[in-house]
Amino acid sequence: MPTMNIIQAVNDALRIQMTAESKMVILGEDVGKFGGVFRATSGLHDEFGADRVIDTPLSEAGIIGTAIGMALYGVRPVPEIQFSDFIFPAFDQIVNELAKFRYRSGGQYPCPVVIRTPYGGGIRGGHYHSQSPEVMFIHTPGIKVVIPSNPYDAKGMLLSCLRQDDPVLFMEPKRIYRASRGEVPTEDYTVELGKAKVTREGEQVTLIGYGAMMPIIHEAAKKADEQGISCECIDLRTLMPFDLETMVASVTKTGRAVVVHEAPKTAGFGGELVASICERAMQHLEAPIQRVCGFDTPFPYVLEHEYMPNANRVLGAIRQTLEW
Amino acid sequence: MVAVQIQDDLRRVLDDEGKVLAGAKVPEIPEEDLLQLFDKMMLVRVVDDRMMRLQRQGRLGFYMKSIGEEASHFAVYALRKTDWVFPSYREQGAWFWRGYSVEKYINQLYGNSRDPVKGRQMPVHHSAVDLNLVSISSPVGTQIPQAVGAAHAAKIMGKDDVVMAYFGEGTSSTGAFHVGMNFAGVYKAPVVLICRNNGWAISVPREKQTAAKTFASKAVGYGMPGVRVDGNDILAMIQVSREAVERARSGGGPTMIEALTYRQQGHSSSDDPSVYRDPDEPAIWKAKDPVKRFRNYLKHIGLWSEELETRTMEAHNDEVTRVLKESDTLGAPPLESMFDDVYEEMPWNLKEQRDYLMAQERTKSPHSH
Repeated sequence: MPTMNIIQAVNDALRIQMTAESKMVILGEDVGKFGGVFRATSGLHDEFGADRVIDTPLSEAGIIGTAIGMALYGVRPVPEIQFSDFIFPAFDQIVNELAKFRYRSGGQYPCPVVIRTPYGGGIRGGHYHSQSPEVMFIHTPGIKVVIPSNPYDAKGMLLSCLRQDDPVLFMEPKRIYRASRGEVPTEDYTVELGKAKVTREGEQVTLIGYGAMMPIIHEAAKKADEQGISCECIDLRTLMPFDLETMVASVTKTGRAVVVHEAPKTAGFGGELVASICERAMQHLEAPIQRVCGFDTPFPYVLEHEYMPNANRVLGAIRQTLEW
Repeated sequence: MVAVQIQDDLRRVLDDEGKVLAGAKVPEIPEEDLLQLFDKMMLVRVVDDRMMRLQRQGRLGFYMKSIGEEASHFAVYALRKTDWVFPSYREQGAWFWRGYSVEKYINQLYGNSRDPVKGRQMPVHHSAVDLNLVSISSPVGTQIPQAVGAAHAAKIMGKDDVVMAYFGEGTSSTGAFHVGMNFAGVYKAPVVLICRNNGWAISVPREKQTAAKTFASKAVGYGMPGVRVDGNDILAMIQVSREAVERARSGGGPTMIEALTYRQQGHSSSDDPSVYRDPDEPAIWKAKDPVKRFRNYLKHIGLWSEELETRTMEAHNDEVTRVLKESDTLGAPPLESMFDDVYEEMPWNLKEQRDYLMAQERTKSPHSH
């Protein structure tokens, strides 16, 4: 089986679906002739033509607004927001329109738009090329949020997103776009949405995360193992709707948990996970659930390596749950 | 390079009295259509009047009239059934013309068990997918880039459908307007963008929306023709709309139309224009009333009679009465339905929340409607 990185996996999924679905259209800044600033849409413009792989004017509000209209009419648009930091001009269209179209029209107007956007830090991008705004969209009823951590899931989940009729925000962990490599089948396959994955089994502490935090979590689990601590790792994969059942089953077994995300701590998704797990598994918890997150500051440039969660901080949190 | 015409002069067919202006070209409209247009104009007047009375009596929560602006709704006459319309919230004539029933209209205002949008939205936020009338939302201008996207989709799918969008002059100040106009021009989208300039955005007059002399003049910046039309002249509205629709359908791209009209009364039932408006202003515009002018035109060509109008008003009033009587018997949609249609399939969190709410004691609404 060939190996692919996340970019290649995304590109492959897009190619497969562009071939299978003649109504699918990709649009965004630089996605056409250039193939995307991260090369995610490389080769697609040549293969499918300028009508279906569209270089748009520079306007996120326009990209998403027109994509909504396209979806209503019957096209299957897949807009790209070049960096999730730039999604905010489109916030009104996403929150007030895209997420609400089906509901507000009494079910008359589904709006199948899959928005792809790279997110997260680690590429020396500073404030405006590093943000993780997932929580703002998880908190918007009507839109699904999907975050793969590896090429296999990236391809399979993107294909699942492209084949269902709800709006989706598909957030790609750009820090590991190339660093994350793995075996990826060349054929068509899907990975189920709404299901987390236990990526490592363990007995003492549950580590929960998504996206670029998974390698960090796995590194911490390995270090913990060297110290005789057995950790179970869960990759959430879909954040809305999220797989609470898998997390609760794990915490019921281990009694301890650490949630890891890059996004700022306060009102980050970790808070939701802690609350939801506690509601169901309080009697099984031996210690408060720890959160290892980005800080409540804008994302820094020179000090980003201190800002982002790392294996040491996760290890520290693991020990905290054990020593409580 | 596209040669762009800006017609700052106002296109008119009828004078303020409804007499055909010397030299004006009258659009060819079959007699039965003229009568239908008049019928629907009267329907808007009747429904608006009745609904606002209900609101003032405390029997309807909220309403928005379009009195004085009715002619501008009938640009949709130029469309086919397969064309699409992205309205704002003040084009009830466009809805009725395309076949939206008085029953659905009133049920939506009440959010009752037969409301097409299932009690989810405020009054006047209609949706009719069977008529290609797109769901209305409150944020103004969002429909403009959406309309452009739909038009572009038609083009790339090889269809010759045209998309028409409506918005007010206040909305021309929004980013969504700019973005929609810009994409329309760049894509050469088959879209007709109608700015109904009724002079007021709640309490803010048109002079505060732009330093440009006219709204139509903005079109040149986006590489498309801008046409200014007397929005209270139904024949002129139909004429310019036909031209714009024809241009779009034949691959000539977008047109912006500025329809000059006047908001005779308040922005909505919550508004009181006497607080911010010159009390003499409405009378000036009443002299150019769209219904009066069309009536007089029909009189001149022998299609109108007192008896016709009386009969029409009665029929519409009777229908409203009948619909109201029935809607009075209808309650709210089932509580469980509040959790449907957020997604195609209900996720676990909504199932849980629904079960939770259904198990609670019911709370009585503080409102009777």
